[in-house]
Amino acid sequence: MLSIKNLRASINGKEILRGINLEIRPGEVHAIMGPNGTGKSTLASVIAGRDIFEIEEGEIIFRGKNLLEMPVEDRASEGIFLSFQYPVEIPGVSITNFMRTAVNEQRKYHGLDPMPANEFLAKMEEKKRMLDIHAKLANRSVNEGFSGGEKKKNEIFQLAMLEPALAILDETDSGLDIDALKVVANGVNKLRRPDNAFLVITHYQRLLDYIVPDIVHVLFDGRIVRSGGKELAMELEEKGYEWIRAEA
Amino acid sequence: MEGITTNYNTKETLIRLFGENRPEELPAMARLREQAMEAFVQNGFPHTKLEKWRNTDLSRSLNHAFIFPLEPASDGTEPEDIFRCDVPGFNTHMVSLLNGRVIDQGNTLPQAAEGVIVCSMAEAFEKYKDLIERHYAKYAGFGDNAMIALNTAFARDGVFIFIPDNVEVSRIVQTVNLIHSTEPVFVQPRNLVIMGRNSSLRLVMCDDSVDNNVGFINSVSEFVLAENARLDHYKLQNKNDHSALINNSAFHLEAGANLSTSAISLNGGLIRNETRVLLNGRSSHADVLGAYLMDRHQHIDNQVFIDHAVSDCTSNELFKGILDDSASGVFNGHILVRKDAQRTNAYQNNKNILISDKAVIDTKPFLEIYADDVKCSHGATVGQLDAEAMFYLRSRGISASNARMLLMYAFVAEIVNRISIPELRERIDDLVKKRLRGELSVCDQCVLHCNSREQKIAFDIDMSKI
Amino acid sequence: MENDPNNILDEVTSGEYKYGFYTDIEMETAPKGLSEDTIRFISAKKNEPEWLLEFRLNAYRKWLSMTEPTWAHLHHPPINYQDIIYYAAPKKKKELASLDEVDPELIETFNKLGISLEEQKRLSGVAVDAVIDSVSVKTTFSETLEKQGIIFCSFSEAVQKVPELVKQYLGTVVPSDDNYFAALNSAVFSDGSFCYIPKGVRCPIELSTYFRINAANTGQFERTLIIGDEGSYVSYMEGCTAPMRDENQLHAAIVEIIALKDAEVKYSTVQNWYPGNKKGEGGIYNFVTKRGICKGNNSKISWTQVETGSAITWKYPSVVLMGDNTVGEFYSVAVTNNYQQADTGTKMIHLGRNTKSTIISKGISAGQSNNSYRGLVKMTKRALNSRNFSQCDSLLLGDKCGAHTFPYIKTENQSSIVEHEATTSKISDDQLFYCNQRGISTESAIGLIVNGYAREVLKQLPMEFAVEAQKLLAISLEGSVG
Repeated sequence: MLSIKNLRASINGKEILRGINLEIRPGEVHAIMGPNGTGKSTLASVIAGRDIFEIEEGEIIFRGKNLLEMPVEDRASEGIFLSFQYPVEIPGVSITNFMRTAVNEQRKYHGLDPMPANEFLAKMEEKKRMLDIHAKLANRSVNEGFSGGEKKKNEIFQLAMLEPALAILDETDSGLDIDALKVVANGVNKLRRPDNAFLVITHYQRLLDYIVPDIVHVLFDGRIVRSGGKELAMELEEKGYEWIRAEA
Repeated sequence: MEGITTNYNTKETLIRLFGENRPEELPAMARLREQAMEAFVQNGFPHTKLEKWRNTDLSRSLNHAFIFPLEPASDGTEPEDIFRCDVPGFNTHMVSLLNGRVIDQGNTLPQAAEGVIVCSMAEAFEKYKDLIERHYAKYAGFGDNAMIALNTAFARDGVFIFIPDNVEVSRIVQTVNLIHSTEPVFVQPRNLVIMGRNSSLRLVMCDDSVDNNVGFINSVSEFVLAENARLDHYKLQNKNDHSALINNSAFHLEAGANLSTSAISLNGGLIRNETRVLLNGRSSHADVLGAYLMDRHQHIDNQVFIDHAVSDCTSNELFKGILDDSASGVFNGHILVRKDAQRTNAYQNNKNILISDKAVIDTKPFLEIYADDVKCSHGATVGQLDAEAMFYLRSRGISASNARMLLMYAFVAEIVNRISIPELRERIDDLVKKRLRGELSVCDQCVLHCNSREQKIAFDIDMSKI
Repeated sequence: MENDPNNILDEVTSGEYKYGFYTDIEMETAPKGLSEDTIRFISAKKNEPEWLLEFRLNAYRKWLSMTEPTWAHLHHPPINYQDIIYYAAPKKKKELASLDEVDPELIETFNKLGISLEEQKRLSGVAVDAVIDSVSVKTTFSETLEKQGIIFCSFSEAVQKVPELVKQYLGTVVPSDDNYFAALNSAVFSDGSFCYIPKGVRCPIELSTYFRINAANTGQFERTLIIGDEGSYVSYMEGCTAPMRDENQLHAAIVEIIALKDAEVKYSTVQNWYPGNKKGEGGIYNFVTKRGICKGNNSKISWTQVETGSAITWKYPSVVLMGDNTVGEFYSVAVTNNYQQADTGTKMIHLGRNTKSTIISKGISAGQSNNSYRGLVKMTKRALNSRNFSQCDSLLLGDKCGAHTFPYIKTENQSSIVEHEATTSKISDDQLFYCNQRGISTESAIGLIVNGYAREVLKQLPMEFAVEAQKLLAISLEGSVG
């Protein structure tokens, strides 16, 4: 589904990603772990298409298409979803309006007519129920005045609404208490299907107790230095990142 | 355009005086005076039909049979005879001006050897012609400002400060501008402060009355801060009710320069502070602060213009005031963010409390913005003391009058607490308290008048708990 | 790079004016230029009583002694007042009994604007008093309104039908010498709307008028007078679209609102006069005086405006809070693009006790435009325990435009509270990226964010108008119809 080959990316002349190789197949959950400042969030941003990064080398092929040639919104319509570490506030724009615009623009990209209003509202209700979100989201502005937990739940809600092929969760666990973490993780688990995949970026092993990965990668200094099964996460938790640092 | 006319033909007297008293000086200086005089003659004294003077009327202040001292007084008055500044622990290098002329008290600055100059403008005109030529009248333009024009036409003396590159002046420089005359007197001091790269200075400028006579001060100060210079500047104004004080300050900041200027106005018949800050070099910063406590028929007018001419500069403007009795206040803040001054961060706020139904405030916080990547915000409030806080204090057994005072004090403290010279801060703090109790108005010494520390009685409450 | 902000801004700010077309209707016009004779011509044409002619002539004489104001943050070439036709009317054919009798070309014009009379009449229950150039052509729903004693008709008609009401209130809120443009209007006003809601009546429908400028070299000088008698309520809407023109056209309207005891008047505008082309040529000069007075205790006047058009907008809908416990509100969205200039805001004059005013202003500047908020809040000595809250925000799209805020606050008593806040911002790259990542194009994202930014104001509009307003914001900024 996603194939990253020798990806090198920099910001302001400083190289952050120094040759990333990654293969994700449908139905898989990948976790990327690593200490702060090693390029985890950069990788997420580069896949999504944030243009503050310069791509020096390499390719990202997603379902047969070259992502690097596409603008951000086309990548989204192709099925890339990024759950932001720090979701931005958009004052005055209701979540309903925001989601409807997103759903319909993505439908337009695929040559479909806009979703009828009642169908859309029904879908919103269904997803809220599925995710155990009780808050009255509809009339609130996107992320405005949300608590940390609410922002992350809102990201997962959008994930449910947009049904992407690949969801990248960038430090979704940061700033969450255990209850919110469970809601988020349960949501993700309910959304897992044989035809979609997840890339979970996290600093701690905690989240992986709830979202169990198939493959764990350790990112260090812009490179994936180790890959393995879920036991790798346990090992990391036990030995700490110093262990990797020593090895690298 | 017609200016104000007075019963005493003040404008005509000035025109005559100008013709009769031409000092011997360089042709360039003489030309400058002539141009300035022309500008003044054309515009006259500013009047209330001008947008910028709408709420400040000079006509009463000007309506006196003024004398215009241009030469030093010859009666041998020593400043110490009439005035004593005695802030505990406030060790400053003091320069006294009497009726606009610097009085030589024979004290020298410890750092004179490093090239620091603190002297009278009269001396600087003679001795430092290069510096004068390069900087004098370059920052306070008189094209649109008749009061600066008038000052430029007549300027004879004031305080001159020069600090070479990389010199940090350790002693606080204090200027005390005294008016002492049996007749109504009109004086026009002119100050110039030139700061080299990476230099720093703390400067306290006091304006005081020593008697109850009529005085009109039209003062102009120019400050130029080269790269990374730091100036910590205070204006302390404590004038009698018969005096008028027009204070034009122009600050020119080059890259990385840092300015903090505070105007503390405690008394004065009519005070107008016009502050212009030009942020001319990247990453320069200006704090422009003010506090005013006015009562009776006093009038305070703060005009602040901050010109963000280049990118990456920051400015922070906060003026707070309390007006009692029939006092009137004006605040006119204007932030200009020029095209290309990207990543500007500018903040402007004016907060007022009126404690009488006869007091009046006019506030105009303006923003004029031509760049898009900016963070600018401004605010203005006019109100009274917080009723809930009043109730809270009284529920703890504090009398209504003490509670009012406490809250007023807390309101002004936001400015006072930002004074970075501890001795000065304590002193101003005391003065604010005294002022709020109505004690200072009977005081006839300087704004720093005092001999002993205040006994803390009514204010012995931790305000942070309210 | 496709995400280059300049390209995107160019794209989204390059929307062409949608309503640019011109209807050919035979005109009956006054000769060019302004003189006492022109005024007599207009007055005679309208069969006005002597006192109204005197009112006009008085205003004209005052106007002659006045000069054009220069204090606004606006720049334009001098206006030649002698080069303007001060009266133009569609030729009257006969009294119209039904819609079928209206000039088909006129109906066509309205249809292009999306305001078909039939449509409006059948679907939304809105009474429409449509004004083309200076004379009201058709009034609908008058019977329904008449039953309740509501008078809603053209100004000229009111002069004939209820002259004593017009005489009692005309010029009482905006005196004929109030300002240069008000004096001009008072001298030459052609037509407009008149509305009277009797005591205790809640007007059951939204009253609406569409203004259009339709002839070359024709200045429009509308005059609107709205009177809410004791305990009445009315929501009044005014909307404007104007056809494309090369010459600049002057528009100097006056709106007066009187709210008596316990009355409430809500006035909403969507203004979309022709703004000029992308080079800044042409477009309407809009110098408008709008003012309401809360005359009786407990009355309320609320202005809501969405300003997207005109080359120049000079407009300060104001409220004089005369009665005790009265309420004044001003909600505004002003969009400027290309070379448009807007200097707009409000005045809240607090005279009565316990009076309250709220000001919410959202300015959006794009292209090379300049957008200024100018507002006065005045608390007089008598206005004890009064309150004002003002929030004036600016949003800048691009680095070639300007956004300015000029609030004036004057307080003369100690028990009143005035609060003013303002911020200036741009659409952040983070917001755009967030929207893009959800599959929303940059163009739609800007539309979405701008509408969100203006939401506080848009929600004040009646439903029918809110939709149109959102569309206009989209047209003004996105280059496509939403």
